[in-house]
Amino acid sequence: MSNIQTAFNNNKAFIGFVTGGDPSLESSFEIILKMIEKGVDIIEIGIPFSDPVAEGPIIQKADLRALNAGITLTKIFELTQKVRQVSNVPIVYLTYYNPVFCYGSQQFIEKCKEIHVDGIIIPDLPAEERDEILPYCKNAGVDLLCLVAPTSFDRIPKIVKDATGYIYLVSSMGVTGVRIYIKTNLKKLIDEVRLHTNTPIAVGFGINTPEQAKALSQDADGIIIGSAIVSLIEQFGEYSPAHIGEYVASIKSALNS
Amino acid sequence: MKPGRYGVFGGQYIPETLMSELIRLESAYNMYKRDRAFNLELNALLKNYANRPSLLYYAEKITKDLGGARVYLKREDLNHTGSHKINNVLGQALLAKKMGKKRIIAETGAGQHGVAAATAATLLDLKCDVFMGEEDIKRQSLNVYRMELLGARVIPVNSGTGTLKDAVNETMRDWSLSVEDTHYLLGSVMGPHPFPMIVRDFQSIIGREARSQILKSEGKLPHAVIACVGGGSNAMGAFYRFINDKSVKLIGCEAAGKGIDTTENAATIATGRIGVFHGMKSYFCQDEDGQIKPVYSISAGLDYPGIGPEHSYLYATGRAQYYPITDEEAVCAFEYMARQEGIICAIESAHAMAFAMKYVPSVPRDQSVIICISGRGDKDVSSIASYRGRILI
Repeated sequence: MSNIQTAFNNNKAFIGFVTGGDPSLESSFEIILKMIEKGVDIIEIGIPFSDPVAEGPIIQKADLRALNAGITLTKIFELTQKVRQVSNVPIVYLTYYNPVFCYGSQQFIEKCKEIHVDGIIIPDLPAEERDEILPYCKNAGVDLLCLVAPTSFDRIPKIVKDATGYIYLVSSMGVTGVRIYIKTNLKKLIDEVRLHTNTPIAVGFGINTPEQAKALSQDADGIIIGSAIVSLIEQFGEYSPAHIGEYVASIKSALNS
Repeated sequence: MKPGRYGVFGGQYIPETLMSELIRLESAYNMYKRDRAFNLELNALLKNYANRPSLLYYAEKITKDLGGARVYLKREDLNHTGSHKINNVLGQALLAKKMGKKRIIAETGAGQHGVAAATAATLLDLKCDVFMGEEDIKRQSLNVYRMELLGARVIPVNSGTGTLKDAVNETMRDWSLSVEDTHYLLGSVMGPHPFPMIVRDFQSIIGREARSQILKSEGKLPHAVIACVGGGSNAMGAFYRFINDKSVKLIGCEAAGKGIDTTENAATIATGRIGVFHGMKSYFCQDEDGQIKPVYSISAGLDYPGIGPEHSYLYATGRAQYYPITDEEAVCAFEYMARQEGIICAIESAHAMAFAMKYVPSVPRDQSVIICISGRGDKDVSSIASYRGRILI
């Protein structure tokens, strides 16, 4: 078990996502620090990928900006280490499987351990395929996070069987991105998951406003916000840390209210 | 081997959102493939609508000219819609219909699969949206118009390189939202299980027919079966029934674009490495960080950075060989076929012909080879003309 659990000890956890190295390595570092300063409990760093099939346009563009800025896996590791020098906040990588596979699954997880990355989310590695990497994760004490979708029902016991860290509960069908309405009956889904695991549940996909964050956190243990933060980077580039700080503070206070 | 695995290749590397549907699709397919009524209906469509069986044509002039083995052409270009793609779309669209789907979505590169999917959708009263890269829309405008004529919506994809791989990304994204009433009619032997299996099975009619046709005309098995490979559906279809005939060489021809020593090619086996992408473990053109590389070929249908997992397995086990063919070689073969036999084949299929031109002279005259002519070349005429410096209006 990693120190992810500690983020869920007190209030509802606020998990914030950015694509690593977007718009540049330096700005990305500042953005992450600002998010931590304003109360994000867990940082998800997206490893940019050429073909992020589970992402909507906002994060697709972020990946492209990072790749165009020359961001490589090595640079993401550097960024992580820089953050680690100033903060103990839990860090989770979100990455498609190919960069991990290409680096060597075992080596990748060992690297995570070495630089104190607490967990990893691989959206294109469902329960059926996770044995490829799970033993390495268990060995290294790096959490392999499970995703549960609105279509998962029968599959939930199988998915959450080995869950550690937190369950990434996908709020809506489709890809990442901000949504005005979230139609899924989340309470039913969350209740079902809780029958099979004690691992904390965080809801992600589509959350944008403080009101949504508050509402969706009711039944869950935390919420995940990605696209809304990343769209501020798209809008303000290297000037985004201040705007992101303000946004993060507004979500945090909604969660605590 | 586990279902969906071809050695280490294949698998289901796909977001959780789609996993339940893949499982449902697999069980529906396994049920209907043994269902008598389903098979009668499909076979009737293949025979009466798609014009099967396709001819196995003895190319006498090419045989004489090359001076080696007797050359046979498996004429998938004579199918309705002009390519082998119809075999798969009729099967999958019928399956989708039985599963209660109202809409199909498809990716397309050259537009051949898109046209076939639009056709099957119209015939079976399904809505159809086809995702196509912006680059491909430009170079295949004829097929874009055909799809629209057939009542499909063609959705331009401008993300990434605006080619086939991006069209696949976008189709998957749509499917993860629309999966309840929509079937992803995948066009090649790629993607997550069960797609490589389903598409292979529906395409294996090519090799099944060819095998009995060649036995009838030659009295023995061919020396080799040659087909072009992008994702690899016509090749897999042509190869599959010959896999257990160990004496028959199986040869796939990849798109080498401007050459495998340049960055502008799509020769996955020659220049790629094992990776995981688009739901499958297979060979992919990628950089040292595992980013999928932009690929290039004059042929939009072969312009894909990966190859179906069963091809990777046939390659890794040595059962099939894969050779790169450049744009220049393919264009020469395209012209050669037109002038020798009066057949204007697809530029994709011309890659197989180009290899045959180099290979057949070395094969003894008492042997035969089968070349799969996966499609007809009307769609390519203007781009070949411009390759040769002539602009058609």
